Amino acid sequence: MAAFLLSRLLQSVILLVIVSIIGFAVLNLMPGGPLSQFALDPGMTQQDMARIAEQLGLNRPFHIQYLDWAWRMLQGDWGTSFRDGSAVTSVIARHVPATLLLMGSSTVIAVAVGTWIGIRGATHRYSGFDYMATIGAMIALSIPTFWFGLIGIYVFSLRLDWLPAGNMYSIGDGSVLDYLHHLIMPSIVLALVHIAIWSRFMRGATLDAISQDFVKTARAKGVPERRVVMKHVVGNALLPMITLAGVQVPSLLTGALVTETVFTWPGMGRLFLDSLGYSDYPVVMGLLMFSAILTIVANLVADIAVALIDPRIRLA
Amino acid sequence: MTRKTDLLGGPTRRTTLRLMAAGGAVGFLVPTLLGLPAFAQTPPEEPSGRIVVGLSQEPTVFNPLMPHIEVDDGVAFSIFDALFRITPEGEIVPNLATEVPTIENGGLSEDGLEWRIELRDDVSWHDGEPFTADDVKFTLELITDPDFRAWRTTGHDLVRDIEVVSPTEITWRMEEPFAPYLSFLTETFIMPEHILGAAEDPNEADFNQAPVGTGAFKWGSRQAGDNLTLTANPDYHGDGPYIEELVFKYIPDMTVLYTQFRSGDIDLVGQAYITADNYEEAKTLPDRTVTLVPRATVESIYLNQELPQFQDPAVREALYMAIDRQSIIDILYFGVAGETETYMPQQSPYYNPDLPKHEFDLEKAAALLDEAGWMPGDDGIRQKDGVRLSFVNSTTTGAHLREQAQQFIQQTLAQIGVEMTIENLPPAVMWGEFWGQSEFETAMVGITYLIGADPDVTNRFHTDAIAAQGGSGSNNAQYSNPEVDELLVEGARTFDTGKREEIYKQVQAIIRDDLPFLPLFLYTNVYGHKAGIAGFEPNVNTRTESWNAATWYWN
Repeated sequence: MAAFLLSRLLQSVILLVIVSIIGFAVLNLMPGGPLSQFALDPGMTQQDMARIAEQLGLNRPFHIQYLDWAWRMLQGDWGTSFRDGSAVTSVIARHVPATLLLMGSSTVIAVAVGTWIGIRGATHRYSGFDYMATIGAMIALSIPTFWFGLIGIYVFSLRLDWLPAGNMYSIGDGSVLDYLHHLIMPSIVLALVHIAIWSRFMRGATLDAISQDFVKTARAKGVPERRVVMKHVVGNALLPMITLAGVQVPSLLTGALVTETVFTWPGMGRLFLDSLGYSDYPVVMGLLMFSAILTIVANLVADIAVALIDPRIRLA
Repeated sequence: MTRKTDLLGGPTRRTTLRLMAAGGAVGFLVPTLLGLPAFAQTPPEEPSGRIVVGLSQEPTVFNPLMPHIEVDDGVAFSIFDALFRITPEGEIVPNLATEVPTIENGGLSEDGLEWRIELRDDVSWHDGEPFTADDVKFTLELITDPDFRAWRTTGHDLVRDIEVVSPTEITWRMEEPFAPYLSFLTETFIMPEHILGAAEDPNEADFNQAPVGTGAFKWGSRQAGDNLTLTANPDYHGDGPYIEELVFKYIPDMTVLYTQFRSGDIDLVGQAYITADNYEEAKTLPDRTVTLVPRATVESIYLNQELPQFQDPAVREALYMAIDRQSIIDILYFGVAGETETYMPQQSPYYNPDLPKHEFDLEKAAALLDEAGWMPGDDGIRQKDGVRLSFVNSTTTGAHLREQAQQFIQQTLAQIGVEMTIENLPPAVMWGEFWGQSEFETAMVGITYLIGADPDVTNRFHTDAIAAQGGSGSNNAQYSNPEVDELLVEGARTFDTGKREEIYKQVQAIIRDDLPFLPLFLYTNVYGHKAGIAGFEPNVNTRTESWNAATWYWN
């Protein structure tokens, strides 16, 4: 187990270094840069821009900038945002809660609804429900998230006036109920595609489990169908889902990026787009590393969990 | 000397009350133009209510001495004060100072080198500390401190020998006379020495994330990525504030911004304003006031003067003549944009109204090129001495109205044998070296030329301001005309307004003649706010609609 963990950790570190070099290179080798936003400012001279670039260390060679950044990163200093002037860690920290709230609520919805649909679809194979679920999943998977968002805003905000069109809370309100009210649409929209994925996987895993001998044995012994499903089928079908959960974390982040933009949600996704727009490299790099670490950790945790539960994985 | 000055040009609370008393019962009987009783037009005694300003960019820089963009100005104007302010009419009025220094009142020496500023003695910082001349000295010195990441240093770098005479008087000497400095000072917000001066590194000070000023509003709270809330400063020395909370709400999408204005979530559309395509509908919204306000920004096509084809004046004139400007304004920009022949805002006293008007005439343009010897070659494109009349036009990608205008111009120019190809770039790339070092051939760009209301444009048109040739400035068209150079130098040294008017009108006439840029239109913003907001007044001389939020109130 220790060797397994060690090798996974080593792989993760190498992966992080590669991600950081690619990210840093892509950002820094692009023409233009963070100061170009001041170019049209009246009274801003090219000399002022050069002076600021020097003060920010932007005119140093690429590799020096990278090594400097990496060295500070290792010491826990993620740099300072060009645009905001505060530490990257605090800039990101300010946006994390909003994203976690959105990801959390949509995960709960996705897992609960997706698992239920998957199990029900598998146990009632080729029923009307199963066909509906399959078609629904295909639609959810093939239509981009932002389109669902826009339709949602049009129908539920503009036409019916049931739900707010965006923002995390109303200015001057900010009660729990107000937050929930604002959370409904974005979390459902973000959950849609994940419901589809969860339900498809769950359906497949359940079908696998149903065809196993121990299920047949249980049935033959006269165990009630409901008990067979709940105890023998679902328990075994959930195992592969752990790996899926690990893979889903980064895709949740990607989905949040789109959803946050559509619903003007002040989370990391929006921060990422804004920072890209302003070429705020330190923040973009910070977010890149943050999500890379998150992805790696999520996968690692999933692997360990599976390995712990199923010894065959470790032996393989 | 603490003459109470009405900063913003409007009636003070006291004058209003006096006028009302004089009006007596008549005021209650005769409805005002808006159909509201006169008493409803008075600001409240105590700050009350909240105004939510919707912005399409997020304010993130709260120390206005540091590099920042337009949207940060709304916050700066609310939290801080400068020595002077500038009215919508372009008049500079005292703010933290008690009067505007002139040669007549002795605030300025005859040669414009010695400055003496008297300051108010009734101003305190938000933390209760008194504001003094030391704060002014600290601020001016901080800007030119080589370790400080200052925004722009032009003008400030000429200041020498700052001397605090008393807590309410400060003097300094200028290295050379520089008339625009007064205007620059309307945008130089004064910082508290006792806080920022005590910081280890002013670039990284906590102050920059929770500023303390002397302005009408105090720092409240910030939900990054969402909103910034400022609260009323009851001890403000000037008019107002009349609202309890001023909220800047960040809504990145222009369509969503407009939707939220329509639904009433935001009270006032700031900075990005309402997009032209929504203007017609916005006008019909109930309980909303929607108006067109010309800005100081001019959209134009910059011609890089280094290219041989643009060195021929006939070519520049013919190109200008071949652009169907009116159709661009009327059709692409929904008739919202304004016409202009110059870079000077039309509200400016320095605006030259006598410039030749643009005319769209393809035949004349073609004849002009024929005459100048630019004859169509085998491929139909005109050429002369081996130079083809062909060029690339660039602007920012994603600006769909600009892209449409480009295509339209491309088609019209083709009719007179001029080839224009389009190569657009993302904003961060476009406004980087490509623009700064004049690597473009022609560029479609919207530029604000003036700082405050000062007519000085040395930075844009003086030969020494061509950055691509090692100069200091932003003369990106690489325009050079010795006559303009001379006039600009003279204008910056002249403090006599009348003389300056002559100088800058002449500069405009020469530039209109030389056409280093082809003016397309004047930016016009569609302002919108709830009808109940009083005191809202656009100001072409500042970059923000919130410059006078202190005097806003709910009717």
